[in-house]
Amino acid sequence: MSRLSAEALSQPVGDTVRKTTCYMCACRCGINVHIRDGKVRYIEGNRGHPVNRGVLCAKGSAGIMQHYAPARLSAPLLRTGPRGSGQFKTISWDQALALATEWLGEVRRDDPKKLAFFTGRDQSQSLTSFWSQQFGTPNYAAHGGFCSVNMAAAGIMTIGGAFWEFGAPDWDRTKLFVLFGVAEDHDSNPIKIGISKLKKRGARFVSVNPVRTGYSAIADNWIGIRPGTDGLLILAVIHELLKARRIDIDYLVRYTNAAWLVIDAPGTSDHGLFARDDDGKALIFESVTERVVPESTKGARPALSGRFELADGRSAVPVFQLLADKYLDPQYAPEAVAAETGVDAATIRGLAAEIGRVAFEEAIEIFERWTDMNGEEHSSFVGRPVSFHAMRGISAHSNGFQTARALHLLQVLIGAIDCPGGFRFEPPYPKPLAAHPRPHGKAEHFGSNQPLAGPHLGFPLGPEDLLVDDEGNPARLDKAFSWDAPIAAHGLMHMVIANAHAGDPYPVDVLFMYMANMAWNSAMNSAGTIRMLEDKDPETGEYRIPKIIYSDAYASEMVAYADLVLPDTTYLERHDCISLLDRPISEPDSVNDAIRWPVVEPDRDVRGFQSVLLDLGARLRLPGFADNRGQPLYRDYADYIVNHERRPGIGPLAGFRGSDGERTGRGAANAEQLERYVENGSFFSVHIPPKAQFFKHANRAYQDFAVSMGFFDTPQPVTFQLYSEPLQKFRLSAEGLREPVAPEEHRERIRSAFTPLPEWYRPLEEAAVDRETYPYHAITQRPMAMYHSWGSMNAWLRQIHTRNRLQVPGAICDAHGLETGDWAWVISHHGRIKVEVERTEAVNPLTMWTWNAIGKRKGSWGLAKDAPEAERGFLLNHLIHELLPPKGDGRRWSNSDPVTGQAAWYDLRVRIEKAEPGERSEPQFGDIEPTTAERPDEIRYGEEWNR
Amino acid sequence: MTSLPRHETPKKLGLVIDLDVCVGCHACVVACKEWNTGGYGATLSDQQPYGADVSGAWLNRVHGYEVMPDNSDGVVIGEAGEARVVHFPKSCLHCEDAPCVTVCPTGASYKREEDGIVLVDEDKCIGCGLCAWSCPYGAREMDLAAGVMKKCTLCIDRIYNETLEEVDRVPSCVRTCPTNARHFGDLADPTSEVSQMVAERGGFDLMPEQGTRPVNKYLPPRPRTPLSACAQPAVEDTADAAGFFGWVDRMLDRI
Repeated sequence: MSRLSAEALSQPVGDTVRKTTCYMCACRCGINVHIRDGKVRYIEGNRGHPVNRGVLCAKGSAGIMQHYAPARLSAPLLRTGPRGSGQFKTISWDQALALATEWLGEVRRDDPKKLAFFTGRDQSQSLTSFWSQQFGTPNYAAHGGFCSVNMAAAGIMTIGGAFWEFGAPDWDRTKLFVLFGVAEDHDSNPIKIGISKLKKRGARFVSVNPVRTGYSAIADNWIGIRPGTDGLLILAVIHELLKARRIDIDYLVRYTNAAWLVIDAPGTSDHGLFARDDDGKALIFESVTERVVPESTKGARPALSGRFELADGRSAVPVFQLLADKYLDPQYAPEAVAAETGVDAATIRGLAAEIGRVAFEEAIEIFERWTDMNGEEHSSFVGRPVSFHAMRGISAHSNGFQTARALHLLQVLIGAIDCPGGFRFEPPYPKPLAAHPRPHGKAEHFGSNQPLAGPHLGFPLGPEDLLVDDEGNPARLDKAFSWDAPIAAHGLMHMVIANAHAGDPYPVDVLFMYMANMAWNSAMNSAGTIRMLEDKDPETGEYRIPKIIYSDAYASEMVAYADLVLPDTTYLERHDCISLLDRPISEPDSVNDAIRWPVVEPDRDVRGFQSVLLDLGARLRLPGFADNRGQPLYRDYADYIVNHERRPGIGPLAGFRGSDGERTGRGAANAEQLERYVENGSFFSVHIPPKAQFFKHANRAYQDFAVSMGFFDTPQPVTFQLYSEPLQKFRLSAEGLREPVAPEEHRERIRSAFTPLPEWYRPLEEAAVDRETYPYHAITQRPMAMYHSWGSMNAWLRQIHTRNRLQVPGAICDAHGLETGDWAWVISHHGRIKVEVERTEAVNPLTMWTWNAIGKRKGSWGLAKDAPEAERGFLLNHLIHELLPPKGDGRRWSNSDPVTGQAAWYDLRVRIEKAEPGERSEPQFGDIEPTTAERPDEIRYGEEWNR
Repeated sequence: MTSLPRHETPKKLGLVIDLDVCVGCHACVVACKEWNTGGYGATLSDQQPYGADVSGAWLNRVHGYEVMPDNSDGVVIGEAGEARVVHFPKSCLHCEDAPCVTVCPTGASYKREEDGIVLVDEDKCIGCGLCAWSCPYGAREMDLAAGVMKKCTLCIDRIYNETLEEVDRVPSCVRTCPTNARHFGDLADPTSEVSQMVAERGGFDLMPEQGTRPVNKYLPPRPRTPLSACAQPAVEDTADAAGFFGWVDRMLDRI
């Protein structure tokens, strides 16, 4: 007998459903937002959306509590108390924008480099980079330098793409999936969907991670590697594959530079570079006619080994010969690397054997006719169904660039890039290195009241493209593209405050940041960073970083350090565009982009940051933002999304272009474009033709498709670079053989880190400190229910992770008399923290770990001052210095990868000592005065809808 | 005392949860909270939501356990001596012999005769807590604001909700699960997908010794093979470079 009527059980969810794009992390899933009585009733995944296919993670479902969090900022703020106090007065938008325009206008007129504009968790880099270029400062970047630039740069330089936004495993076909390091926080739903699919098929999933949580918990095999040694493990696998002849020679000849001849002329400026013809085309040795000919000569049978004489009498050897000689060396044998990696030789050998077996004995074939870039016809796509994924885990080490290179080298050797079952590119990638711009920012690139001569960020092809002056000094504040970090393709956000404070290479006047919690968890050395933000010049009484403008939607720790706060909206109140010009959400089979739109109206005096940036651009009369009479070109961000054109017919959105909305990729602006997106679920998707879906780097049909879509104006095939010539050019400079010559103090680092074939070296902090004094590693993992620091203001998510403890391996606990619940001091070369301990065995025995960014500062994020996040939560950041320990050369080097400048978060070495029992973690900081609304003592969300 | 249905219910609606793929992401936990706070019965309230002693009513929680397999029983769910983390989602199991029903002094707790769903009639609930005390799984939580007992309803206002598309008439946790670890169906019907899954994968009852006969089932982690068991000798034993390049040349001839 039922006590509930059918009617009672059949109530509509809400009054209306509005489809938009999630922003609870960087995954960018499609969501259906059910609205009832003007409030958000329910958020679920959009089944039609190409990213999440209907599913949604904990963060996405908790969007309601993010949207209504008391930590939201509600009006523009002007600082009244000292920095860090949290004392502000509310001002109007007119006042705020007038003040920002005054500050920025003075800088632009007097010395544009004195603006540093850096964005954090931002998905509008296409706009922010354009704005800063038009402003004319050389000091712009997003946050990739402290995120995963190693992965991005190594990928682009090796295969023309990388993981996550550049490509994905072929989840429906792969038979062996190997995941390196923490990956729970990016592309999270697609990876979860994919892992589930492959486990259901019985495919093997191997996780290489010092910590066994999250995805590693369900891996068939967990390799609990010692942090920072992944590159060595990969090279040992390569050693085994070469020995076992498990490499795809046909693939190497067709798609890589394996046969290209490398000049062997030690002591000359061409040593180690490719032999080229007069047109600059690389040469190979044709072994039938025994002649040196340009690569991709039709019908040539290239030699992969040997030593050949060039026309000028010099000798040269193919890349593959160098590669095989190097990695067949016994130093890469499993036994030789077992101690360093903490992985036993049998496991390494088993991993290599499985990779080889699956790639070659379980190859798959898709029968589809296609034509390659040489005009050769193929009747099928042959797949090596082994796929890999990696993110910050391998990236956030000072050897991460070469490690990521090594991983791509492994993929290429077995022929598993963009084939069925392997790793597959997502449009607009692949994109060859040369198709990326060179960086701009040298003195001759900017000046008073004028735009920068070109894009800030890009890839130097050699030292001649560095942004340095004649003495070799950095042109940029963060020293990106200088000898310190030559291939800093994403800038070095983690060095901005330290360098601005030190006036090295020069001071700035305005620091302008968006969604980057640099006074807390986004900074290395958070306590030191706070001091730098608070520090005044005793002579003038002014802050050393004089003016700070910050935009965020929530009362993060960084808000308290701003002089002027521009309050952003929540993600449900704004327009946004997830653009192919920016960080795309394409899938291997489809080109996708998406929008956000205001599904609820703001109830506070806040504005979307992108609209504010457009307003500032117009007030500053920046070209591209104001017309010649000074009138704004765009009403707001929605107007910009529809009407801005980067090249004729190419705008932020690829879908529904042309006056009738029927054009895709290229086409005139369409006034109805946003409406069409909303009707379509706020995304646009176009399928790649079947014959263009694989081997995109060399597939004529794909290249034509890419041109028709407007990714490129001409085909841009990619030859995979096993051997990297740009890296060798830097090495020649470091050896004093090639102009411009590297300054003396940089030579040793560049010689050892810029090897043209991937190499492993010990992470720099580990190499610099006494390993006996600091015998352990300490790293963070990313909880799946929390994205960076954005989650503790969320009443539901904070109940899942209310505080963090340090997870300590049993053996270390026993050695130090520690039990779960004890307190301990964790000490690095830079500082110490007092934290609560929890014993674990599911971790590498030399590694302790904790969840990232759960610890909060008192008074921030709309939390009570005695919230567990602040009382007991903690950050490892206090142990990590932005500089390496002094090594006696009179200089302090950045704690970064020497190639890219990637922040080396995971290089941290520590020791541990039992502490007196405590009630709070240390260090603690002064309270921030809350800038936010009253906190309720109780939430009864949805009370009015109960039945 | 409240009575259970006298006969087996014709349907036994419940969940099948796959421990082989649950990564502990908490998607189901929050989707459940989100749906049910605005759905059947009182809200799922939160106390001190931004304060020191934050707590709230949840109908579904994920627990993480570290286990050390010894593999002595021949079932390899990990490499021996290597700790595993198991994520274990837990909500009401809609037991056939539900002690939470028989213990209820007011008749508020009941098991539906037509589909076996265990529900609380909140109008009759006096918030005494006996049911939560009697549940061996800790699956019921008192809502402190309303003073009534809350529990999983299998999203009864979704599964019979004709305003939803048919594909969406499943519990919120099932619809959202990114790893497809959660399945909903009729476990009384041996031909249903969930019943077949249980049969094929060796689905098991949680704490069968309690005699509660839970409807929900868990699927165990699939067996695993250690990587070291895959190691094989090199295909050719010519490890030196000359032998290797000889092989490369032969491969080139075949292109």
